[in-house]
Amino acid sequence: MTRQMTGAKMVVQALKDQGVDTVFGYPGGAVLPIYDEIFQQNDIKHVLVRHEQGAIHAAEGYARSTGKPGVALVTSGPGATNAVTGLTDALMDSIPIVVFSGQVPTFMIGSDAFQEADTVGITRPCTKHNWLVKETDTLSSTIHEAFHVATSGRPGPVLVDIPKDVQFATGTYAEKTKRKSHYQPQVKGDIDAITDLVKAMEKAKRPVFYTGGGVINSGTAASQLLRELVEATGFPITSTLMGLGAYPASGDKWLGMLGMHGLYEANMAMHDCDLLINIGARFDDRITGLISEFSPKSKKAHIDIDASSINKVIHVDIPILGDVAHVLEDLLKIWKSRGRVTDKENLAKWWAKINEWKTVECLNYRNSDTVIKPQYALQRLEALTKDRDRYITTEVGQHQMWAAQFLGFEDPNRWMTSGGLGTMGYGFPASIGVQLAHPDALVINVAGEASWLMNMQELGTAIQYRLP
Amino acid sequence: MSALRIKKGSTSHSAYNLRPNFSEEVERHTLAVLVENEPGVLARVIGLFSGRGYNIESLTVAEVDHEGHLSRITIVTTGTPQVIAQIRAQLGRIVSVRDVHDLTAEGPAVERELALLKVAGTGDARIEALRLAEIFRANVVDSTLESFVFEITGPSDKIDAFAELMRPLGLLETARTGVAALSRGTE
Repeated sequence: MTRQMTGAKMVVQALKDQGVDTVFGYPGGAVLPIYDEIFQQNDIKHVLVRHEQGAIHAAEGYARSTGKPGVALVTSGPGATNAVTGLTDALMDSIPIVVFSGQVPTFMIGSDAFQEADTVGITRPCTKHNWLVKETDTLSSTIHEAFHVATSGRPGPVLVDIPKDVQFATGTYAEKTKRKSHYQPQVKGDIDAITDLVKAMEKAKRPVFYTGGGVINSGTAASQLLRELVEATGFPITSTLMGLGAYPASGDKWLGMLGMHGLYEANMAMHDCDLLINIGARFDDRITGLISEFSPKSKKAHIDIDASSINKVIHVDIPILGDVAHVLEDLLKIWKSRGRVTDKENLAKWWAKINEWKTVECLNYRNSDTVIKPQYALQRLEALTKDRDRYITTEVGQHQMWAAQFLGFEDPNRWMTSGGLGTMGYGFPASIGVQLAHPDALVINVAGEASWLMNMQELGTAIQYRLP
Repeated sequence: MSALRIKKGSTSHSAYNLRPNFSEEVERHTLAVLVENEPGVLARVIGLFSGRGYNIESLTVAEVDHEGHLSRITIVTTGTPQVIAQIRAQLGRIVSVRDVHDLTAEGPAVERELALLKVAGTGDARIEALRLAEIFRANVVDSTLESFVFEITGPSDKIDAFAELMRPLGLLETARTGVAALSRGTE
């Protein structure tokens, strides 16, 4: 049975079919038909932000803290251009979000109409993919495809641009079930390559795991498998800013964050290791520093779902293309079936060396009895909240790095920060998205005074929806 | 400054010299990109090249499978082996790209280009142009008493050579299609 409905109704129906419960948005002329439909139902909650950038960051916060795609709705022209920073942020950090933008009616596109912008043109480089829907009949299948693209492979932001006449017109609704998409990224890793990595792990004298946001994006199963792998092998583990929480900070194999703002022991381990296992990280320039001297003595393996991340800046010896959870599952299976071998003797020496580095206590600072040092403030925050299931968001800058250094993350999806793009003003609207997804949880935004000003208008949103 | 073995004062004398240390040798590769024939797909491919600073020496595009809504984009590009590999991977990442083939790396391929050249002249120059056209197996597709339009197909360097010879004989205008390429053999 086919269902006939207006384009605006299709948007709401498709959102329901995709299991969406919250939409962050800001109305405008070109999306009013969709707003009329949202108004007439209660399954999907609409959260009125105060600026479209806030809507996108809130959707990012929602997505990162739940593992589900975040959804935002903005109007044409300025609504869409205001979304650009958030879209770029989500692209850099691989956050699955689906953004709907209104557009002037199809017959007015190209005429410099009121609130017209070439939205798909402007957002092409800052989305994973985008669509301009010109016929109501293709609208619902496009929306289902948009959710598929945003959440499969390396996740990212997508945008669906919907002209006003397409929202008004009636068409056939395409059901979500039994759709076939051409976009099917490879998730299983090559078994030969994984076996090569197992062999390297068996022989490694000074191994280290270097994990990133890909572990978080792969889902909670990936974090579980990572923990099992680390505990079983006894290899030390460090993580990028985006990957914090995949392995618990209280774990005894944890070296802390690495990179420009990372810990001494983590960076020394990266430099001196003989086997570097990159899991879902991308050798960002904040990690490598001087490329010619980056981890010069190591054999390097890289597990990534995005082929363009492998061998982009650092040559790796064992590239493994695939989803972290799938690859780790096979990796564990193969390593166990070959007898769970590690070079225990050398591993013990390696740990002795690492423990020596730890004694440097690189995060030490001179406290003061006249001013509250930011480090001290964060230490107190950690002490007072660490026993609660808390969610931390941050803005961008030194406070962000202190938060990453002084707060301990025990679980994935608890840490929301703008890593790749470094968007000041990210944290506060993101915290709104997190709080809406987890109404009873403790959500804290660690902010500097300047970042905080950049999206402080969202205070209105927080108060309106009584968050927390 | 010996710890890092870097000469002092050199441009790489920085802990944050982020220049990758891959091979510097530049190669020329022909890529065949099969894409879904939808609005904006060419902009995605071109935007990738301009946005990431890759070179395009030649680019052709046309629908090749009407039923399957597929177009084939043939791109000739230059770069270090690492850059070429990146281009391939980045192209493969575009959602509307179905398949990417590096024809240069995957074995022998046929490359052809078509050009139209307008040559104006009278007397000996006109006769010479016609004689050379015959040697290059170019066809006359338009003629007046004082001009010819030649049609020539072949590898790009053959067309370069022909155009070079036509220049002193009154070459007025050239239109080239860019390279179309297919791998040789049954595959």
